[in-house]
Formats: sequence, C-alpha cells, structure tokens
Amino acid sequence: MDRLHLGQHISQQFNSELAALTKQVLAMGGLVEAQLATALEALAARDLRQVAHVVAREDEVNAAELEIDARCTQILARRQPAASDLRLVLAVVRMVANLERIGDEAERIARIAEKLGNAELPEHYAFKLAQMGSLVRDQLRGTLDTFARMDETRALERLRRDREVDVLYKELTRLLVDLMQRESERVPAALEMLWGARALERIGDRCKNICEQVIYLVRGKDVRHTGLSRSAAPLPETKQ
Amino acid sequence: MSAREDAVDAAVMPPDLLAGRELALEARGLSLDYSERRALDAVNLQVPRRRVTALIGPSGCGKSSLLRCFNRLNDEIAGCRVSGEVRVLGLDAYAETTALPELRRRVGMVFQKPNPFPQSVADNVAFGLRLAGLRSRLELDDRVEAALRAAGLWEEVRDRLDDSALRLSAGQQQRLVIARALAVEPEVLLMDEPASMLDPISTLRFEELVVALRERYSVLLVTHNMQQAARVADYTAFLQAGRLLEFDATDRIFTNPRLRGTEDYITGRMREDRG
Repeated sequence: MDRLHLGQHISQQFNSELAALTKQVLAMGGLVEAQLATALEALAARDLRQVAHVVAREDEVNAAELEIDARCTQILARRQPAASDLRLVLAVVRMVANLERIGDEAERIARIAEKLGNAELPEHYAFKLAQMGSLVRDQLRGTLDTFARMDETRALERLRRDREVDVLYKELTRLLVDLMQRESERVPAALEMLWGARALERIGDRCKNICEQVIYLVRGKDVRHTGLSRSAAPLPETKQ
Repeated sequence: MSAREDAVDAAVMPPDLLAGRELALEARGLSLDYSERRALDAVNLQVPRRRVTALIGPSGCGKSSLLRCFNRLNDEIAGCRVSGEVRVLGLDAYAETTALPELRRRVGMVFQKPNPFPQSVADNVAFGLRLAGLRSRLELDDRVEAALRAAGLWEEVRDRLDDSALRLSAGQQQRLVIARALAVEPEVLLMDEPASMLDPISTLRFEELVVALRERYSVLLVTHNMQQAARVADYTAFLQAGRLLEFDATDRIFTNPRLRGTEDYITGRMREDRG
C-alpha cells in the first residue's frame, strides 16, 4: 500500500502531514464521486430534489480544493520536500484542480436534468447517455483507486480506457446530430443531452489527467502530452 | 569504449552524463584507509570543469576524505593510506613527479570555519602572492582588488583594507578566505562545509558567489545542507559508507533520483532494514 514509503520519514510530524494530505484528497475524491452519482441519478429520474442536493454540495468540493491547496503550500514552505515527497505535493495540487473541475461538470449534468424538465427523447438516447455515465463513474472510481494504491500500472490501464468513453461520446453525438436534423422540435432537448454527454467526456479527460499524475508521482515520469494513452508502450523503468 | 567511459559505473552515473565535458578532477578506484577504518572504497568520481559539483551524504560517509584527496591534504594524517588514482587537471596527483606546492596552488581550499590570518584584509589576500615571490606594490594592489572583487567582497571592504581581517563578520571572513584562495589563480576550488557557520543572509550571499565562480573555476563542494546543494550545484554526488552511490545532474537527484538509497537520504527517510 505505502508504495512511496510515506510513513518512513525520520520526522513523525512530516509522516502524519503527508498521510493527512493523501487522506484529504481521497475524501475529496469520494465527495466528487458522490456528486457525479447523484447528478446522473437526477438526470435519469429528472429529480429536482437531487439536483438541488448536488448544487448545494458543490461548495464543499470547492472548499476541499482550497483546503488541500493551502496544506500543500504549507508543506512546500515548511518542509521543502524533495524527490517523491515533492512529486506527491505537486501531483496533489494538480489532481485536486482536476477533481474540482469534475465537481463542476457534475453540477452541470445535474442542472441539465432541471432544464430538460419533462421533455422526452426516444429511449435509446437516454440509454446511451446512461451507459456513458456508468462508464465514466467507473473510470472515476478506478482512477481514485489507483491513487489510493499508488498503482501506476493500473493508472496506465485506466488512462487507456478513456478511449472507450470517447467512442461512446462520438456515437452519441452522431445520433443526436442526426436527430436534430430530422426533428427540429427536438433540438432544445437534444442539445441539452449533447451538453450532458460533453460534460461526461470531459470528466473522462480529467480522470486521465489524474492518472497521469499518479504515474508521475510514483515513477517520476511526466507522461502528459506523450501520446502514452494511444500507444501500447509500457511505463519507463522503475527505480531499484 | 574510451578509458574515461570505462571508469564510470553505469549503476552510479548515467554513462553519457558528462559526455564531451572536460574534467577538472577524477578519482578512479580510489580507496582510503585510516589506521583502523576504511573511509573510501573504490570510488570512481568525475568532476567536470567550470561547474559546481556537490558532495552530499551522512556524517562519516567519506565526503571530506574524498575532497582532501584532490589536494593531498590527507597526506598530513598519520596512518592514512590512499590507493587508486587521483587526477587533478589531467595530472596524477600522487605521482612522484607532481610538485605538491604547485598542486595546491592550482587547487584552492575553503574550510568550514573561516580562517583569516591575524593580519590586515589586504595582507590576507596578498599572502599567497608574496609567498610566490611577488614584490611589486602596484601589482599586489591590483591582484588584491581583483581577488576581492571576484569574491564579491570589494565593495564592502575597499575602505577597510588595512583593518584587521578578524574584525570582519563571519560571512565576510569566509569570502575573504575565498579571495585569498582566488588571488593565486587556482583552477579548482574545494569547499568543505563552507557555509555551515554562516547566518542565512551570509549563506545566500556566499551561494551567489559560488554560482558566479563557476564561470571560471571548477568547484567541488561538500555540504550537509541539501537545499544548498540543490541551489548551487550543477551535479550532485551522493556518498554513503565510503562508496559513491549515485552521481547525476542536481535537478535529477532532487526530483527523481535513480536509487532508493539516495531518495531515502534526501527526503529524510529511515529504512528499517538499514537500522
């Protein structure tokens, strides 16, 4: 579990600071996961109570980002971390920014439920969107899991699975564009659905960003913009 | 493979790290024994010219012993035996044909505790020059000024050249000692914990000077202060128990060292299996 040996510093205080930091990130991740789940349920059931619930909790997500950022600033200023400790702090700063944006996208999805109101679309559209929703939920859960385990191999697998989200997104976009061309009265509802699909696709991208940070903090290799998600290349060598 | 590449252990240092760089100092299979204890064990180290290289590692790891091989200061210690090869600016430092005074002129040294002589500021800097036989007052003045400027001290002491050096602050004294070393125009500067007695502001000033010195000199710096190594050194060598464990670009050492042992040391970790 403790892949980075976070608990082995001579300073017990530093050990507990880093442990508290990772715990806070996971708590924020759990909150964002719940927000997404609620938003998707709200969309499926057009449940305004659940919409309100997501909107209300968005503040908690923002507060968590600020709190974790402040903690990282303190660690940088007071401990001057190096090597894996430094990478952990940098990765956490980037990860929470992505988690916060996932929170925003969840809120957007919830508000679409509100905007759609009673507008109906043929069932297979909703089905496709729900399918995409559960895939993205699974991606988010798995992504947070790779961080909890500091497992860069699974992070790479997750990162590559984002392609499945992209495939569904393209399929759904094509279907919705066709629908809009055929039935102009359905354009407002189809557009809302398209925004929903786009929000999910972006959450997929954010999960990918987080996976890249997990690889960075475990391996020390910055894999952003390297095309690693599209290749089948293995991760760089690990240290001895 | 050239002899130089041959002397590098790929597990310790990326083989192409210093490719194309001239070397100021080199140790090959260097071992050093004090009467009871082995202080260095088959060390292969390359120190590039006109760069700052830091030696870090826990107390007693052999940092200072290694440093002192390059100007043969260990010769003065009874029972000290050196084996292997030490090259300074291409010359075999321990060859019988190598003149020790000339070696030490080319390799200046700065110690932990500033050690100005109980003389005036100017006389301190001129000391080595007079020893070398320079008598012209005019030339001495010029050389003293140039050395003090190079050490970043001129502006602070230009009106106090005849004051006792002992009245300078510790930070100024340390820069005075550097000026004294620079006056005889060395090519290499060895520094053994040079800033550990200085306050934080003097330390920063001192570090600025070290970074500036790399334009003309090759610096090998022993330090306990890892942030200092991170701030000033181009390359960092990690020593443990008399062995060179890892040598790499400083950026690499402090963000993603290759070895777990280095990582543990620079991040302040204690491994249970090492006790």
